[in-house]
Amino acid sequence: MTGLKKSLLTAVISLSILAPVTGYAAETSNIYYGVQMEEFEYRYGEGGEELFAFDGDAFIGTDELKLRWEGSGELDLNVNRFESLSNQIALQTPISDFWDIKGGIRYSSPQGPDRWYAAVGLSGLAPQWMEVDTHLFLSEKGKLSADLDIEYEILLTNYLTLTPSANIEAAFSSDREIGVGSGINSVEAGLRLSYDVWDRILSPYVGVVYERKFGQTANFVEAEGESADIWYAVIGAKLMF
Amino acid sequence: MRISFMQKACLGLAMAAGVALLPSLSVAKTYNLTVDKVMIDTGDFQKEGIGYNGKSPGPVLRFQEGEDVTINVTNNLDESTSIHWHGLILPFQMDGVPKISFPGIEPGETFTYKFPIVQSGTYWFHSHSGFQEPDGAYGSIVIEPEKRDPFRFDKDYVVQFTDTHPHSGKRIFRNLKMSADYYNRQQQTLGDFFSDVSKNGFKATVDDRMAWGDMRMMPTDIEDVQGFTPLINGKGPEQNWTGLFEPKERIRLRFINSSAMTYFDVRIPGLQMTVVAADGNNVQPVTVDELRLGVAETYDVIVRPMDDKAYTIFGASMGRTAYARATLAPRQGMVAEIPEMTKAPLLTMADMGMDHGNMEGMDHSNMSGMDHSSMKDMDHSKMKSMDHSNMKGMDHSSMKGMDHSNMMGKEQEKDSFYATGSGLVPTAANGGKFLSYADLKAQKPLYEDRDATREIELRLTGNMERYIWSINGVKYEDADPVILQYGERVRFKFVNETMMTHPMHLHGMWSILDVGAGKWDPIKHTISVAPGTTVYSETEVDAPGQWAFHCHLSFHMDAGMFRKIVVEGGPKSASIDLIGNGGLQ
Repeated sequence: MTGLKKSLLTAVISLSILAPVTGYAAETSNIYYGVQMEEFEYRYGEGGEELFAFDGDAFIGTDELKLRWEGSGELDLNVNRFESLSNQIALQTPISDFWDIKGGIRYSSPQGPDRWYAAVGLSGLAPQWMEVDTHLFLSEKGKLSADLDIEYEILLTNYLTLTPSANIEAAFSSDREIGVGSGINSVEAGLRLSYDVWDRILSPYVGVVYERKFGQTANFVEAEGESADIWYAVIGAKLMF
Repeated sequence: MRISFMQKACLGLAMAAGVALLPSLSVAKTYNLTVDKVMIDTGDFQKEGIGYNGKSPGPVLRFQEGEDVTINVTNNLDESTSIHWHGLILPFQMDGVPKISFPGIEPGETFTYKFPIVQSGTYWFHSHSGFQEPDGAYGSIVIEPEKRDPFRFDKDYVVQFTDTHPHSGKRIFRNLKMSADYYNRQQQTLGDFFSDVSKNGFKATVDDRMAWGDMRMMPTDIEDVQGFTPLINGKGPEQNWTGLFEPKERIRLRFINSSAMTYFDVRIPGLQMTVVAADGNNVQPVTVDELRLGVAETYDVIVRPMDDKAYTIFGASMGRTAYARATLAPRQGMVAEIPEMTKAPLLTMADMGMDHGNMEGMDHSNMSGMDHSSMKDMDHSKMKSMDHSNMKGMDHSSMKGMDHSNMMGKEQEKDSFYATGSGLVPTAANGGKFLSYADLKAQKPLYEDRDATREIELRLTGNMERYIWSINGVKYEDADPVILQYGERVRFKFVNETMMTHPMHLHGMWSILDVGAGKWDPIKHTISVAPGTTVYSETEVDAPGQWAFHCHLSFHMDAGMFRKIVVEGGPKSASIDLIGNGGLQ
């Protein structure tokens, strides 16, 4: 409950920062918004694990300043608990033709202890059409960590797309309470084949995801009787509106 | 209140225009337009749009040169609207651009436009509010000249092209802001990669893809918005608008491109077209097989079908994603074959401004005397000194349209209004003559030829990935107006630094397009500037007040490729309350 209150507070603060901009912009009606779910899927693991996973974002703002929510989570359907769940709200502004910086707050609230983070990030389009999204986090416990998301779209046709993606998480010091060791602690690689059935609003896909924990993090996971690396078959849909 | 203002404005204008108006001879007619929500049926889909007098496109308004028109425009929408009379020379308060000419027309309100008609030819009108124009708010204008035109025709038809999209303009714009390639369904695929490998070799293909990928731009980026159905006079290709003729009649076709975003390459297989007017103004006749109809431009052509058979009017979109089709036939129901679209063009590095076509000294006014054969040597020496950091290892010989020997060999295909080696250089489907801006010569110069008093450089700029469009790197909302002085002759230098073609439209005053013909340079209202080129136009600043100046691609205009022009000074009678604008209400 307090978590929810805090989230709302964050949103209110962020919106009030944006308010002067939107107030000006309203005259020329140049406020845009968008909602996107890059991943919205059912995962079936090689050991019979069943997960629901999502990874999405939504924004509102101008060319110069956007308020962006980013959320992701993995719900273990066998035991009905969130293995991971995080929500981030950040202000984002361009720093070059292809790159934005962002700064905000992330709240991670899976089953077990929660964490607040201050987050700064960089996202954009690298040469050769690599979509990059990366963050540096400082937790309320004073621990630094980082993540990096890379995605590339291979157009088999103009409607059928093969999307390799990679997500890497690293911590600069361990946070035993939430099962995070120092160093690179997890990598998730995905390959999804999607088809745009309705504009770019709905693009169902099938794919595979490989997830692997490393180092101390792997030890923590294995100590709970789970495996440190796992293959999933996934089925889901990309959404954009 | 408003009427009395109109009367004052007209009086002021009559005084300003002076003897030219001959008030005693002028006729005065009243026209009524309603702005309505309408259903548009393209044959492919139906959508709710905006039209005039219950239809989209709206009516053909037929005026007479010398007439004083009164047009009552009633807004039946639930949002503010406006009508801009595209290409008409009139007092700025009648120009119909909200916040620049007037406040706009609120729901339920009737606004009365009153202005004298001081020109003749083919024009059009459209809303200048929000996304109403892409949603269907346009119609056409035909003005009969006081004296007869210097060419013969037996009948005439308006042939108005539009690009009707299933999405509303508002939604298209938001989608583009969310993802600039949202509507691009012509991107290069893995299949294209393999076919290019087999054609050009692996290394050349990889190098080509790397060169584009390094810039994060696409050679297929010719039409921002695809997925539309092209209409002619409101009819889709299947619905087939038909104009009737008797064999041997001379038919004047008034081509108007009222599309939001789409250029059309127009031809009528089996007929040559004699271009007699561009943007409403008569030009020295030039006979062509095909022409490119830029957004917001108009061309009048005369065709003379000799046989008792049907002909297809075929307009392939510049990016070849769709085509418009209509028919000229002796009898209703007759049809002719619908031709195949020619291959979709690909942009080249020349269109990215990375080529010699963009170099200094490529001044079009000097083009006529230029020896193209000598350019061959120049090119390559220039190329070597170029910054190749973005183009490392690019094999020029493999690039479509980059074959210099071929380009230079065919003089008639060299069009100085495209970058040398541009992928967009149009060629006629039948191998014949394709109209170039360089072919346009005024029939009768409107202005005395004189040197410009000043040059203003306007770099056409943008960020494709963010879908931000601007002039000199500044969006409209952040820009100061361009201040012109009444009586000066300004030379605009358009430098297109983007990969897209921009039809630049100046309101209220003519743009004298520099084709290197001196006093015979044609006068236009819309100047299309191809990627990687520099184009000049001159304007006699003869209209006081404030005006809009913008790219006529709807979504580029809305994204910021727009300027307000303020003309300072001018006849006292006409400039009363002009700049303050507060007197308008």
